[in-house]
Amino acid sequence: MTTHKSALLIKEKDVVVPGDELAQGMDYLPGQWTYRKGDYILAERLGLINIEGRAIKVIPLSGKYVPKVNDIIIGKVIDVTLNGWRIETNSAYSAFLSIKDATSEFINRGADLTKIFDLDDNVVAKIINVTSQKLIDLTTKAPGLKKMIGGRVIIVNPNKVPRVIGKQGSMISMIKDATNCKIVVGQNGIVWMEGEPKNEVVAIKAIRKIENEAHISGLTDKIKMYLEEQKKQYAL
Amino acid sequence: MQNTTIKQHLMKAFQQNMRLDGRGLEEFRKIEVELDISKTAEGSARVKIGDTEVLAGVKMIISNPFPDTPEDGAIMINAEFLPMASARFESGPPGIESIELARIVDRGLRESKAIDVKKLCIKKGEKVWAVSVDIITMNDDGNLLDAAALATILAVKHTRYPSFDGIEVDYKELTDTPLEITKIPITVTVCKTGSYIFVDPVSEEESNIDARLTVTTMQDGNICALQKGGSMPLSLKDISTMVDLAAKKAEELRELVK
Amino acid sequence: MGYSQRLDGRKLDELRPIEAKAGVIKNADGSAFFRIGKTSAYAAVYGPRELYPKFMQDPSKGILRCNYSMMPFSGIGERVRPGPNRRAREISLVTEKALAPVVELGEFPNAVIDVFIELPQTDAGSRCAGICAASMALADAGIPMKDLVAAVSVGKVHDKILVDLDYNEEAYEDGPVADIPIALVPSTQEISLLQMDGEISKEELMQALELGRTVIPQIIEIQKKALKEKYAIKDDQ
Repeated sequence: MTTHKSALLIKEKDVVVPGDELAQGMDYLPGQWTYRKGDYILAERLGLINIEGRAIKVIPLSGKYVPKVNDIIIGKVIDVTLNGWRIETNSAYSAFLSIKDATSEFINRGADLTKIFDLDDNVVAKIINVTSQKLIDLTTKAPGLKKMIGGRVIIVNPNKVPRVIGKQGSMISMIKDATNCKIVVGQNGIVWMEGEPKNEVVAIKAIRKIENEAHISGLTDKIKMYLEEQKKQYAL
Repeated sequence: MQNTTIKQHLMKAFQQNMRLDGRGLEEFRKIEVELDISKTAEGSARVKIGDTEVLAGVKMIISNPFPDTPEDGAIMINAEFLPMASARFESGPPGIESIELARIVDRGLRESKAIDVKKLCIKKGEKVWAVSVDIITMNDDGNLLDAAALATILAVKHTRYPSFDGIEVDYKELTDTPLEITKIPITVTVCKTGSYIFVDPVSEEESNIDARLTVTTMQDGNICALQKGGSMPLSLKDISTMVDLAAKKAEELRELVK
Repeated sequence: MGYSQRLDGRKLDELRPIEAKAGVIKNADGSAFFRIGKTSAYAAVYGPRELYPKFMQDPSKGILRCNYSMMPFSGIGERVRPGPNRRAREISLVTEKALAPVVELGEFPNAVIDVFIELPQTDAGSRCAGICAASMALADAGIPMKDLVAAVSVGKVHDKILVDLDYNEEAYEDGPVADIPIALVPSTQEISLLQMDGEISKEELMQALELGRTVIPQIIEIQKKALKEKYAIKDDQ
């Protein structure tokens, strides 16, 4: 009988791909996006390694947005029905916003719902329910949840949204202050913005840079410097 | 589908002679070209304009001439809008967009007389070469038309005949004989949204144009093919401005084919 | 005499040169390019996304849908007519079956994951190159997967068991030829694609499969390296 020695085969922040062996032996525990196979823990998704104590997990770097209750997203109205709106969510599934969850105001039967939200409108909404069959319900009945008027949207990798927002919104505030753009970031990777054309170009360049370099240390300082450079270049 | 919100936003930028990506109205995105991207084609090219990417490949085919033009070879252009290139494209037979694109590219190449079809004759009334070009979209971020036309002329210009012993073609052996090209037609599409005229639209701009004019010009500045698209009509003044701009931009693109 | 020297000078267990790259199609949710010798494949993944018509949906899991297609100028001989033919449809089917064992579809009820495979040039082994590209594209798209899948053809030319037949070897005329495209799931060592045409004994078949199993890890390494290159944290400047 040989005694099994446990060994870690990767380190923190390593990029791993499905099938990569992460650890050997029973001392380690398979966390999110990993699985145990015999004596080994293997990666189940492309991402970055995160080790906490004995638990190993993979933080995804790609993939579509997965709807979660309480997430605030930006969706686009793709259909107006008798009792509400169908909303495109940038995930595998569309969501439904019913009249009763859309507004506290009384809506007459047969009223023209496009007066509230029309096709192609971008709506900031909160997810209130996700069923096992991925039926998604939204609400717009809370402060800040509304239709965005004017402006434009860009799509960012939903897995990078936390970095785009930053701790307590620090990153996105910095971009807003530097560019004077109004910006709203949905958890689903849809970013709405409005500002002067030049300013929007700078804001987008900064957001793309965060997206590309999301896991570099000292990102905040880097972006701060980058914004200064860009402001000079575009004479903001 | 047009979207009034985005359209207004686009025009706000146009007013300041700027695009949503920071370009000027008459500015193309970065263009990259690569030749010989397929060893099985007799000529091939890849063109990237920004994030738009198109491949073109040429097959030289022995065929029968039409009875009324017994000495003329054939030119055939086909385009496939692959579902790989955009969530918008679906599998299945060519849609109207890809048919229009293929026909615009076809007209530019044919009417420029870049290929002398008489030289494609092998035996009068019996055998001629057909130049068959397939255009494949790899990624669509607007302006597939100009990318496709540029990829086509590049692929055709770098085509060599396969071996042919009078009976059978041996496609495994390319000869050193190039397909002779006498002229370089260059296609530029000029777009109009509101009163603004611009070139090289990205997808977001392309879906909000009122009109477009695709102009194919030759070295001497003469026009060999036109196609007006979009739902709004154009004034004579518009047409004059758009043709001038297309000819000017064509000179820049022509450098890439030399 | 037998087949003493491979036509292109390779060793019996030697693959043609391989090149791989992840993230080549901007609009796709995941994509990859894979070239082995003069056979090249692009794969693009769209999804998971909503599946229509609705009756095709599976409420218990997502559906993996593959579409293999040769570009019209990619054949070694004449122009290939575009659009699905019987061969392309069959290859699409076996490609789905080759990949399905590793893809975790339970996360996506009612949805579809579309994989589009396109070949700009071929010199035999196109379905295997397509599977290699598709497997990378799925990983790039962030689809949960137990493992990557790699594929290559093994087989027999005259009296030799060898890997990665090219067109000239498939067309070898001085002796029997067997062409056996296989795909392997490395973590379980199971075969998820197996087809054959030609003539071979059972012993030789098992020998060929064993040879494939020893060579495929080389392909897996190249696939993994390309994926990691795309996502490497570039802490430069």
